Amino acid sequence: MSLLELNDVKVHFPIKKGLFVDRTVGYVYAVDGISLKVEAGQTYGLVGESGCGKTTLGRAVLRLVDITSGEVVLDGTDLASLPDKDMRTMRRRLQMVFQDPLGSLNPRQNIESILSEGMAAHGIGANQEERREKIRAILAKVGLPSNALSRYPHEFSGGQRQRIGIARALVLEPDVIICDEPVSALDVSIQAQVVNLLDELQEELGLTYVVIAHDLAVVRHISDVIGVMYLGSLVEEAPSDDLYAAPKHPYTKALMSAVPIPDPTVEEARERILLTGDLPSPANPPSGCRFHTRCPWAQPKCKEERPQLREVGEGHRVACHFVEDIESGLLQIGTERAAVVPAARTEQDAVEEAVAKSAGTKAALEAEDAEAMADGDADVTPADARSEAEAESETESGPAASDADEAPASDADETSASDADEAPASGADETPESAAPAETAPAETDPAETTPAETDSTESAKDSSARGA
Amino acid sequence: MSELESTVGRSSVPGPRTEDDVFLSVRDLRIHFDTDDGLVKSVDGISFDVRRGRTLGIVGESGSGKSVTSLGIMGLHRSRRARITGEVWLDSDELIAASEDFVRRQRGRKMAMIFQDPLSALHPYYTVGAQITEAYRVHHPVSKAVAKARAIDMLDRVGIPEPHKRYAGYPHEFSGGMRQRAMIAMALVNNPELLIADEPTTALDVTVQAQILDLIRDLQKEFGSAVIVITHDLGVVAEMADDLLVMYAGRCVERGTAEQVFESPQHPYTWGLLGSMPRIDRAQTERLVPVRGTPPSLINVPDGCPFHPRCPYADIPEDNVTRTVRPELRETVGSGHFTACHLPQEERTRIWTEEVEPKL
Repeated sequence: MSLLELNDVKVHFPIKKGLFVDRTVGYVYAVDGISLKVEAGQTYGLVGESGCGKTTLGRAVLRLVDITSGEVVLDGTDLASLPDKDMRTMRRRLQMVFQDPLGSLNPRQNIESILSEGMAAHGIGANQEERREKIRAILAKVGLPSNALSRYPHEFSGGQRQRIGIARALVLEPDVIICDEPVSALDVSIQAQVVNLLDELQEELGLTYVVIAHDLAVVRHISDVIGVMYLGSLVEEAPSDDLYAAPKHPYTKALMSAVPIPDPTVEEARERILLTGDLPSPANPPSGCRFHTRCPWAQPKCKEERPQLREVGEGHRVACHFVEDIESGLLQIGTERAAVVPAARTEQDAVEEAVAKSAGTKAALEAEDAEAMADGDADVTPADARSEAEAESETESGPAASDADEAPASDADETSASDADEAPASGADETPESAAPAETAPAETDPAETTPAETDSTESAKDSSARGA
Repeated sequence: MSELESTVGRSSVPGPRTEDDVFLSVRDLRIHFDTDDGLVKSVDGISFDVRRGRTLGIVGESGSGKSVTSLGIMGLHRSRRARITGEVWLDSDELIAASEDFVRRQRGRKMAMIFQDPLSALHPYYTVGAQITEAYRVHHPVSKAVAKARAIDMLDRVGIPEPHKRYAGYPHEFSGGMRQRAMIAMALVNNPELLIADEPTTALDVTVQAQILDLIRDLQKEFGSAVIVITHDLGVVAEMADDLLVMYAGRCVERGTAEQVFESPQHPYTWGLLGSMPRIDRAQTERLVPVRGTPPSLINVPDGCPFHPRCPYADIPEDNVTRTVRPELRETVGSGHFTACHLPQEERTRIWTEEVEPKL
């Protein structure tokens, strides 16, 4: 059994309005149905952009925010339903390291007092002398001098303060440590020191971490399993190396390709998917798939039905209706949602991209009501864009070429995916019928697919011309 | 010493050079601040050139003086406490000795800046449109209507949807990425020939960061401006920069084209930065190779090479030279590639190829 298990955890914050009587006028769906398992001795990385709910989820595990529904099971005990008093004793086993080390250390307490407070509260160590011994041992482990005991937080540098934060978690001998952006406030060279420290401590003490961070490179470095969050839910979960080698969810693909790599040669040679628009508000999340408003592959179905996480490979779960179709190249990227920056950038590419982007931003903003679910027919864009005929043809040829690049890699994934329950046999990849997932209607095959798309695009063309007028 | 370094700087421009090619030329710039604790040498003798259409990346950790340098170029340090010496040549005008009024007329028109935090760089009380319009009318004697049309055009250019509506919006009504776009629109409204972007994407998420970097690059292509990108993220400079300058403790420790610095970095500090950064395109390595210790205080910069307390190779050069003599910026392998390090050239090449590179 997993050490920590989350079952359909939801955290909704009410939005209050009213002068005398608080009326609840809506909810912010910060965390909206997350299930995951953290194995003992492993590191689970949670990544996502700001506002996706990753911090709220971390705090919900510790019950620092109220859980609306769902279960948080630590070692067989459901924390969500635990009385406050029992929860307090339980917190010894769940500790947190915060992002801002200065903000989370009391400036008027010295290090000994900061570290021994929790120990005294949980009855660790018979007397202060015993606790001090233990604190000394822990301080040595995290690489702080023992004379740190009588000093105050402001006397330390940022990296050292983060070490104090880690020591404070460690003195209680927790089972799970939740690290919320443990290194993002630190300089690059110090960041590496703290990351290495976390690694070493895990090896030595067999700790289990949940690492919450927005820096994908850091998360990759320390995690065994990574979950990608978008707008309150998990969109993809996979072992770290698999996720980075072959991201399957459109959002993960875009996220990975957005991370700059410190090597100009690699940087020039790789293809990037540029998402347009911003994260929608979690108070008013889009219907169906949360990502459909920005997804370059979005289909009409995505707007209506919310995809569940499903297994597509060993330990690889994705919440997308069309993973297989995207992998096999059946679904083409739609240019009005994102610009694909191909490997070798040319002058013309830049022009095409700028045009596609400016059109795309508009489309994305109104995607909520716009019917622009087309499969990337460039016909959608010109109505409100200043795109010329040649730019349009560029737009069409760009993504097509890029898909060809992706093809060989995806073939291999398809084979592994075929083990999963819903996926068809890998040999049948060429035929669109079998490539479609089991739950999709047969009408989703190629010819049928284009028809609704075309009607959609004409509608949206009408839409946009109406806007123009 | 300073003269020496400035002559080195002068001859340092890679490739052919004509007078009008170089748009910004910084010569031996020093910016010191008088504080109660002592003299803070934030920038201590730095020289570089930026040509039109090229991008210079300045990399360094916090406190290495990269932002102070950029504010110094913009002439935003004129307080009583700042002591500024050296030369800043902007298109044949020297700015350090120039009158404040002259610098003000250049600022915003010939050179403009994008700041890290758009929420504090935009005025919360005025609409975004009003702020862009003001920036335009300060430098152009045009009517409000013309300036408004120009501002809307700029908002459209940076990819803000419905610029007519957003013109009347306040900064708090914009999302982080949109705010950054609005600030870029404000910086570019006068078609500046030099654009300084100080950590333009640090406060943003990666997907938005990709959008903004792309925007800056496109606009640079369109206007042919010289761009300086200041960041601590080596990934961002790899994506943006043609030339690279690595700063440590207020000094330049390495300078060259991006290819030179990334492919054959010469300074141990650059190695440390590269080793500290986890990369998503490589398989998980055992451990990162961090730089030991912490950056020095700029009041008490270590004697000799400022990096020597943290440098694993400080004992290789003879006679304790790393602790007593400050290394000068010298040209190393490949023209236009400069390093301030006492290690002999062969030794450095050996360490890089045999010890450092395999571990990255």
